[in-house]
Amino acid sequence: MKAGDLYNTEPERVPQDHEIAVEIGGFSILLRTQDRIFRDMLVSRYAGFVGSASQPRFEFDVDLTAPSELPESESEDDVRVELRDGMWRLRRGDFRAHWDPRAGRGRIRQSANPYSIDSVLRIVHTLILAKEGGFLLHAASAVRNDRAFLFSGISGAGKTTIARLAARDVIVLTDEISYIRRTQYGYRACGTPFAGELARVGENCSAQLSTLFFLVKGPQNKIEPVDAPEAARLLLRNILFFAEDAELVKMLFRSACEFVESVMVRRLTFVPDQRVWDLIQ
Amino acid sequence: MSDKYIARSSAIAARMLGGEMMIMSAVDSTFFTLNEVATAIWQSADGRTPLSEIVGGVIEQFEVEPGVALRDAERFVEELSPHGILLVSDRPIDDPCTGSRETA
Repeated sequence: MKAGDLYNTEPERVPQDHEIAVEIGGFSILLRTQDRIFRDMLVSRYAGFVGSASQPRFEFDVDLTAPSELPESESEDDVRVELRDGMWRLRRGDFRAHWDPRAGRGRIRQSANPYSIDSVLRIVHTLILAKEGGFLLHAASAVRNDRAFLFSGISGAGKTTIARLAARDVIVLTDEISYIRRTQYGYRACGTPFAGELARVGENCSAQLSTLFFLVKGPQNKIEPVDAPEAARLLLRNILFFAEDAELVKMLFRSACEFVESVMVRRLTFVPDQRVWDLIQ
Repeated sequence: MSDKYIARSSAIAARMLGGEMMIMSAVDSTFFTLNEVATAIWQSADGRTPLSEIVGGVIEQFEVEPGVALRDAERFVEELSPHGILLVSDRPIDDPCTGSRETA
């Protein structure tokens, strides 16, 4: 070795971790990546939902790969969620992930895009909530006078429309995926960054749930009661759930039944203009 | 009629809600709401009582024609068993799964 070689050597690059904690519904999930640009993209994507990284409830390492490195055998629409040996395994055409709920740790393999990680977060939250009597629901949600309202329905029922028509004193939590937590006092609706056609993340706040409305577009604004069996049917049709797990399916069924027994459920027929909010107080 | 025996599977969740029996298969997440007669058959499906005897009870309780009651009961069994909701056997089911604890 010649004198000075020690100083001419190229410094070895030590991979550096970049972290972000995404906090939804009070659950903080730490995402760790070695790609700073990807982390910055997530900070932008989850603006308003970025929490403290010091005490996350769960942690995921995110390995970024080229899209071509993921097996092409499955469609991006065909998600599989299975529990094997205490480990949740999540896979879709655009990602692979595993998560040990007891250790609170997991790993995600995907390309550098925000959509795959968004899907993983949704799935993980459905699993967390299912154990606690809550769920994610295809619904817009909003807070008025400190009370939360859910507006559920299939695609085209009017979730984004009702969110777009919200009066000034209404805080929109989401126009697409509502987050329902069970508490000792009932149910709370929490804001989510999961946006629909409104393409705007919800407000990161929560409120005691007042009413679940099932949306129908019609010639006049009216609110009608929905009996418990019909409410349970409609609710189960709109709950997001991906896991192929018999015990969780049973829990979800029980949660849906308990929900409709304790929360007011109504059918809201509405003309798509702002007057519909006169009925929602 | 060769007798059949039916038993409620444990791979289901069931609950009486607003006067209707609601059943969900934990196997494929299919969801059924049972009417009064179907609920009576469901509640009698203990794996030990022959279907003919269950139908006899239905005829007595709901005053329906025997032929209609039998046909409806067989259709009910045919609809629910592929979803793992009802277990069906030609012999008594020794270890009947008596349904989920939520069954009202």
